[in-house]
Amino acid sequence: MTDTPFSFDKGESLWRQRVGDYFSRPSAVIVFILLVGLLFIAIFAPWIAPQNPYDLSQLDIMDGRLPPGSKAMNGMVFWLGTDEQGRDMLSAILYGLRISLFVGVVSTVCACAIGASIGVFAAYKGGKVETFVMRLVDLQLSFPAILIALVLLAAFGRGIDKVIIALIIVQWAYYARTVRGNALVERNRDYMEAARCLALPRSRILFNHLLPNCLPPLIVVATVQVAHAIALEATLSFLGVGVPVTEPSLGMLIKNGYDYLMSGKYWISTWPGLALVLAIVVINLVGDRLRDVLNPRLAK
Amino acid sequence: MLAYLIRRIGQALLVIAAMATIVFLSIYAVGNPVDILANPNADAKEMAEISARLGLDKPLWEQFGLFVWNALHGDLGRSFVFNEPALKLIIQRMPATLELAFVALIMSIVIGIPLGVWSGLKPDAWSSRAIMSGSILGFSLPNFWIGLMLILLFAVQLKWLPSGGRGPTTDVFGIPVSFLTWEGLRYLLLPAFTLALYKAALVVRLSRSGTREAVLQDYVRFARAKGLSPTRIVLVHVLKNIMIPVVTILGLELGSMIAFAVVTETVFAYPGMGKLLIDSIGRLDRPVIVAYLMMVVVIFVVINLIVDLLYAALDPRVRLQEAE
Repeated sequence: MTDTPFSFDKGESLWRQRVGDYFSRPSAVIVFILLVGLLFIAIFAPWIAPQNPYDLSQLDIMDGRLPPGSKAMNGMVFWLGTDEQGRDMLSAILYGLRISLFVGVVSTVCACAIGASIGVFAAYKGGKVETFVMRLVDLQLSFPAILIALVLLAAFGRGIDKVIIALIIVQWAYYARTVRGNALVERNRDYMEAARCLALPRSRILFNHLLPNCLPPLIVVATVQVAHAIALEATLSFLGVGVPVTEPSLGMLIKNGYDYLMSGKYWISTWPGLALVLAIVVINLVGDRLRDVLNPRLAK
Repeated sequence: MLAYLIRRIGQALLVIAAMATIVFLSIYAVGNPVDILANPNADAKEMAEISARLGLDKPLWEQFGLFVWNALHGDLGRSFVFNEPALKLIIQRMPATLELAFVALIMSIVIGIPLGVWSGLKPDAWSSRAIMSGSILGFSLPNFWIGLMLILLFAVQLKWLPSGGRGPTTDVFGIPVSFLTWEGLRYLLLPAFTLALYKAALVVRLSRSGTREAVLQDYVRFARAKGLSPTRIVLVHVLKNIMIPVVTILGLELGSMIAFAVVTETVFAYPGMGKLLIDSIGRLDRPVIVAYLMMVVVIFVVINLIVDLLYAALDPRVRLQEAE
């Protein structure tokens, strides 16, 4: 990565300086801790959860639809109640969070990698390639993401892998557009000229020189986009075209509770929903803070 | 201008043709509707009969050719489930969705503009900060869950409003609408509010930035110098100027509202086009899915075309740029 003048003071790298900027506000630290906590819960759900909600031998249908705080036949306390099959909602939420975050993060990372590569290539090539790619991006972004994802999943069928593929197809265009905008500015800089004069291979110019300098806005977009992907996945699963019943995400849990909502059994839908909202809000707040830190126009 | 018009319309038709191909191929690539339509005890012969009756035994290219030919004649196929023209089913449900979208549009303006103007006038007040945080929530929270919570609060706990469905309708020029009676309106309130939230958040942001810009302008200073009351300056002078971008953007967003109604209609069991789409996906009723999607594609393309043409008519530079 090329150095900018800022990075010479006290030998501190630009990235380390930005990390310091991020944590200079107490609220940002709290939000970051919450995010780490959510990730921890998601990764270690099988070890934290009081029961394995998908091991049928651990479930007792007699425990079905108990309100929060009830005791199970075997003495276990269901702090958040149970669903219709006697599943502990707390455990189901921990597992659901795991699936939701997994889908959100994996689809975003893949979409970001694909979209950014296409965008940076288009900007570097210019001409017809660029026009074609950007027309495609414009066309795709003129239709709402939810509708494109719905069609894709109607065609693919259900499955975590299929949801991830659909979300990648829906999202790549954002990154292509973001990177291309930035790359248009960067490709005329001196260091690009220098790289070209050295006759470096094109792939090296693209990925070692141009792309790293387009990263900051990409990181901001990607962070917020993880939250969007999670919300979108939840919506699709609620509509019944997302994850399969055997691997329920938070959206699927909310859908399961929807049928019981009318009879006042609020907990089956409400708690997974709150977990979903918490995850989305925390990721958005981290994204907001990153935007402030990484935006050169707002820098002191 | 004529050359521009022809080129733009040509592009729009190209997009519709491309989308028709993609939609048809992706919907017809998967699943076998016969499995869902036939009764579980049907033998292979009966299954083959059903398949032949629906034209599913023909090779894909022949089905596609037939679809294109019929579509050009205004026929998007017959629903497998209802045995009625798919287009007719969708048009029957269209007034319900359009009514929902329009009521939501009005709600988002009525909620969004006052809040946006307020936070634009007093950007540092705590109330303004609360409004802005609220608008971030409106953007990022999953809409369907908000709908569920509204049902829980207003329908299940307080029992003020019905939890779903569409209220009694009255005919206006042959179109059934439900917003004319209080009973019908009660059914619309919750779904329309849910659908409006996202757009209201957008309106808050637009009118806030518009207001912040407007209050610095000379005409506001002049109005103040004339001794007009602050209320009049805001309600007459500022509001008039910020309405232009807000109305433009909302017009553009109408299409996405109709698309997003899919979610709202499912939550509130509201009998519109979106609910029909979700039910049809569940039943693999391909002609209805394809017809709905083609309908939405056409709506989007037409809205974008109108906007492009208006821009070109208003700004000659757009036309010249295109010609190069």
